[in-house]
Amino acid sequence: MGIGVVIVCVAGGFLYLGGWFSPNALTPARFVDAFERADGVYSGFRRNHAKGVGVSGYFESNGEGARLSKAVVFRPGRVAVIGRFSFGGGDPNVADAPNSVRGLGLLFWLPDGEEWRTAMVNLPVFPFQTPQAFYDNLVASQPDPKTGKPDPEKMAAFAASHPATVRALSIIRSHAPSSGFDNTAFNSLNAFLFIDAAGKSIPVRWTLAPVQPFAADSAAATAQTDKNYMFDTLIASILQHPLQWHLIITIGQTGDRPNDATLAWPDGREQVDVGTLTLDHIESEETSPARDINFDPLVLPSGMAPSDDPLLSARSAIYSQSFTRRAGEAKTPIAISAAEVRK
Amino acid sequence: MASQQTQFTVLMRILHWLLAAMVLTMLGIGVAMVASLGDYHRLVSIHRPLGIAILILVVIRFVNRQFSTLPPFPATMSSQERFVAHASEVLLYALLFVLPLVGWGMLSAARYPILLYGPLHLPPILPHSVMLYAFLRRTHTALAYVLFLAFIAHFGAILFHTLVVRDGLFSRMAPWRVRTR
Repeated sequence: MGIGVVIVCVAGGFLYLGGWFSPNALTPARFVDAFERADGVYSGFRRNHAKGVGVSGYFESNGEGARLSKAVVFRPGRVAVIGRFSFGGGDPNVADAPNSVRGLGLLFWLPDGEEWRTAMVNLPVFPFQTPQAFYDNLVASQPDPKTGKPDPEKMAAFAASHPATVRALSIIRSHAPSSGFDNTAFNSLNAFLFIDAAGKSIPVRWTLAPVQPFAADSAAATAQTDKNYMFDTLIASILQHPLQWHLIITIGQTGDRPNDATLAWPDGREQVDVGTLTLDHIESEETSPARDINFDPLVLPSGMAPSDDPLLSARSAIYSQSFTRRAGEAKTPIAISAAEVRK
Repeated sequence: MASQQTQFTVLMRILHWLLAAMVLTMLGIGVAMVASLGDYHRLVSIHRPLGIAILILVVIRFVNRQFSTLPPFPATMSSQERFVAHASEVLLYALLFVLPLVGWGMLSAARYPILLYGPLHLPPILPHSVMLYAFLRRTHTALAYVLFLAFIAHFGAILFHTLVVRDGLFSRMAPWRVRTR
């Protein structure tokens, strides 16, 4: 009898740790369920940023980053990179649109066998402070089955209770979107810590600033009937000449709140150009290894660490959940097919 | 004299209790991390090196066991009970060896770096294949539940022998020294 009670207590303790007694707590599985309810399930595709194309090239470090972080990637020299351009959302056949979120995932192969992975977007700030806010927005913006559109009342209620999101969206709207993938900046969004050789850590954000000149999205291009127009332009331009971005590290100061990705850091923060990313090869996800890579933003080399931003651990957990679900599924045809890349 | 040995050797007992603490921690971390958003990264960062440490220790423990004299089972245990006890030991050894290998293998198949600490990492042991990853990922969870059930059975059997049969089975592995009666 007594033994039974002890056994039940031990088993119960494990179930408690596994969240079995908190059916409403936000978990990676419930978060990915919300993505699936919002956009549907497309076998073999990422649950968010489903539509994409693989790229590769190299990063040439100029050595300037070595004083900020002991990470091997900042020693002078060249490292190989693979990456993936994408559009936000779970629909792999979505039409390209200038106001959709553009993503760039990168994996830097470091010479000592370490890796640096980062998943960036073209937004200047992130619209949500916490994983819960992101989730609540996914739920609030789910299409109403009657109208096929999000319920405006739920959207308004979400905005009213999330002033940080409203502020972030006004920052996002003040930045005119560029015409393509090649001439947009990509941002780390979250803050990270850089740790130097002496063990000192500083909060940083990073930006890939395009060498290709900015061009505003023209209404004519948007109105084209080619729903892959932005990917097609990217493919054509990479086939003509390599595309380049400067990797700019912005150093945060006291009061810059590394744990809040909705806030822009003030102008005038020290910025260090640490090197140039060159992407000179593009291929469909049908053949690119990037399809089967999880661009988990917390795969970091020694010398980089997560900040206390709660989004970071959640991103890592949710990307992993999405990766695990799609890994075991049959892979279905891709919008940006090998034929699309060759044409 | 060997015939009077009633306890496992000091080294065997140290390895047993060290592994017991590590495996229980590991099971708790494993079940918590898959349900966690905020602590996920911290927990995974412990899970990987702890799993590799368990793999190393279980190999050391297995090799050491081959060169050690084991204390006899108490006379209260029937031959069937001895068979079950022995089979459960084989199962526990096998799980503690296979589970970390499946974990290492699944990270390899997913092309994740197998980070231990700082820049220290292990090489992949399987080719990049997400289908293989998906299979090994499910296998890892299934084997972890089997390990948890095997632990519960092991723990329950010891409690039963110690508190009900009172045959001193526990004293064979007790962390303290038990004098021969």
